[in-house]
Amino acid sequence: MQRWNITQLVGIVVLVLIATAVAYKPILNNLNLGLDLRGGLHVVLQAVDTPDAPVTADSVQAALGIVRNRIDQLGVKEPVVQTEGNDRIVVELAGVQDPQEAVRIIGKTAILEFRGPGGQTELYGSELQDAQAAISPSDGKPEVHIKFKPKGTQVFADMTTRYNQQQIAVYLDNQVLMAPVVREPITTGEAVISGSYNTLQEAESDAILLRSGSLPVKLEIVEKRTVGPMLGSDSLQKSLQAGYLGLAFIFLFMLGFYRFPGLVANFTLILYGLLVMGVLALLHATITLPGIAGILLSVGMAVDANIIIFERMKEELRSGKTLMAGIDAGFSRAFWTIFDANLTTLIGAGVLLYFGTGPIKGFAVTLSIGILASMFTAITFTRYLLRLIARSRVVTDRKWYGV
Amino acid sequence: MKQKKGLPNQVQSPDKTTGDNGASGQGGQSRPLRVINFVGRRYIWYAISLLLVVPGLISFFLNGLNLGIDFTGGNLMQVSFSQSVESEQVRAVLAKADLAKTPVVQTTTSGEFLIRTEELSEEQSDALITALTGELGQMEILRNEKVGAIIGGELARKAILAMSIASVLILLYITLRFEFRFGLAAIVSLLHDALVVIGVFSLFQIEVDSSFVAALLTILGYSINDTIVIFDRIRENRKNYPRLEMVEMVNRSITQTLTRSINTVLTVVFVLVALHFFGGETTKVFTLAMLIGVVSGCYSSIFNASPLWVDFMRMGKNKFRKLNAFARS
Repeated sequence: MQRWNITQLVGIVVLVLIATAVAYKPILNNLNLGLDLRGGLHVVLQAVDTPDAPVTADSVQAALGIVRNRIDQLGVKEPVVQTEGNDRIVVELAGVQDPQEAVRIIGKTAILEFRGPGGQTELYGSELQDAQAAISPSDGKPEVHIKFKPKGTQVFADMTTRYNQQQIAVYLDNQVLMAPVVREPITTGEAVISGSYNTLQEAESDAILLRSGSLPVKLEIVEKRTVGPMLGSDSLQKSLQAGYLGLAFIFLFMLGFYRFPGLVANFTLILYGLLVMGVLALLHATITLPGIAGILLSVGMAVDANIIIFERMKEELRSGKTLMAGIDAGFSRAFWTIFDANLTTLIGAGVLLYFGTGPIKGFAVTLSIGILASMFTAITFTRYLLRLIARSRVVTDRKWYGV
Repeated sequence: MKQKKGLPNQVQSPDKTTGDNGASGQGGQSRPLRVINFVGRRYIWYAISLLLVVPGLISFFLNGLNLGIDFTGGNLMQVSFSQSVESEQVRAVLAKADLAKTPVVQTTTSGEFLIRTEELSEEQSDALITALTGELGQMEILRNEKVGAIIGGELARKAILAMSIASVLILLYITLRFEFRFGLAAIVSLLHDALVVIGVFSLFQIEVDSSFVAALLTILGYSINDTIVIFDRIRENRKNYPRLEMVEMVNRSITQTLTRSINTVLTVVFVLVALHFFGGETTKVFTLAMLIGVVSGCYSSIFNASPLWVDFMRMGKNKFRKLNAFARS
């Protein structure tokens, strides 16, 4: 029986160590570094009302399309482009070598142009009144209907007369959006672009871009944070170093103060770290500088859960209980303490999660995951290990339990 | 820190132990618990707290906080020159730019500068960069931040809202799991911690950014954690030894959890000190605020929260007595 317990104990230790060694690499590979750790930019664009172009849900969506289009041209991996509230667009790009240039590209005003075969600009998108995607009633294929304003109608009529049967082009931000061939002079100001769309969605996205060219909702940069790649890697290196130092202190302290249970706690901390990082990797979380701070602080919480248990255990042992009874009483009494204490901390983290943006959110996420994982490991794993140790009678001298 | 043997004895003869904070009635084989009289000296602790809070509060009302661009709006640029450049040279270049307010230039390490300006348009920001590289040579832009005035205003509003909501939720939870007066005492000591941190930052005019808000909320979480552990022990002792006098019971509870309170704060302080001194530049405000807050939180949990609860309990009782007397007359 005792031999079996010892085998189990050794097995657990080896298992956790192997799991750590095996999972270490895949976990690290699944974590993204935030823009503050490898350079990048965070930009918030605000749609601003102008007499020509009021801010509407439609115009913000159109602007989002333009911004996304521009970012695709930058070739950045996993860009974040999303609306915030009703009238803001948030862009986050990590791993950009020249964030200054990226800001310039994102922030410029959209220009939609109609150019002749020679490349000369004939007409601007501001003369376009509307653009809608539709399914052609004749052949069932998707197409885009465009409609010009009065002045644009005239210019477009003139243009299509001159370039009849030739290819003209529509440029957005100096990129060819489409290059239709003029089949006949269009004098009504209403034209149909067809033939090149396979799905209605494709037509819709072009229609949005055309509309946005005609309704250029004004975008202003209200927040911008760029981090150069040098500062990013410097921050990463420094905070990791600081983290290791802090962890080393904690390990030594726990060992020195709590002796054998301290060793057990340090061992459960390894599993705890594996759990936290594993969950973050599963969520494909982006690790930011505040995120690292959150993880390190949650280690403090994990240690705390162990400290509460050990202090309680010591009290129980001093009152004359046997090792096993002391462990059980220590845990059952410590459980609600840990539960109540951590839940109130979770409330704080939850509020941060709800109100925070960007980096603060990252901190709140890692802190919350950390608190939950610490409750879990302390209550299940530390308990299991200590009971196993008590049963296997490896360490029986109470002195080693700090009594 | 043994108890189980001694306490029942005392419960049988509460008169002997009431008001006696020493190792009374301990007996048994193990070292007696030296109960420290936290509650009896509470006015000293309250005075120390006031001494910590009041100067900062006065400074806060007179000078406010040194708000960074996250709150006020503006531009901040951190640049690093590969060749030797003095801050005077940087100032001279910036002086030529047509800005309403004189930029603030600060050296972080040699050849590295923090430049704070009013809110700049992208063109203005680009022009500054061109001027700097043109006149002083190659430089790396480590950081370039702009916060619009709208965003800055939102941050301050959101911060206050978040703090209030967190406090109300915590109060609600404690009322639910403990009782209202525990919650009230906890919130007062939380307020104490927030005021200490804000006070220190105001007194020394340390610049605060958005991470300061995160730090305040985290301190809230940590400090409440400490407080709850002590309250939890009071709740347990009150249930198990109902005849124990309140002051004695509270002193006992604080003493029993004292090692834990100190050890836990120590582990967090280890991490924070390491992060503050060896971590990156951008987390310094956060770690400093956290350090002050965590230490203050430890103090207020031990010396303020539970004694306050005792006071609140007595207040309640007095009111009850007065009401009774009134009803009888």
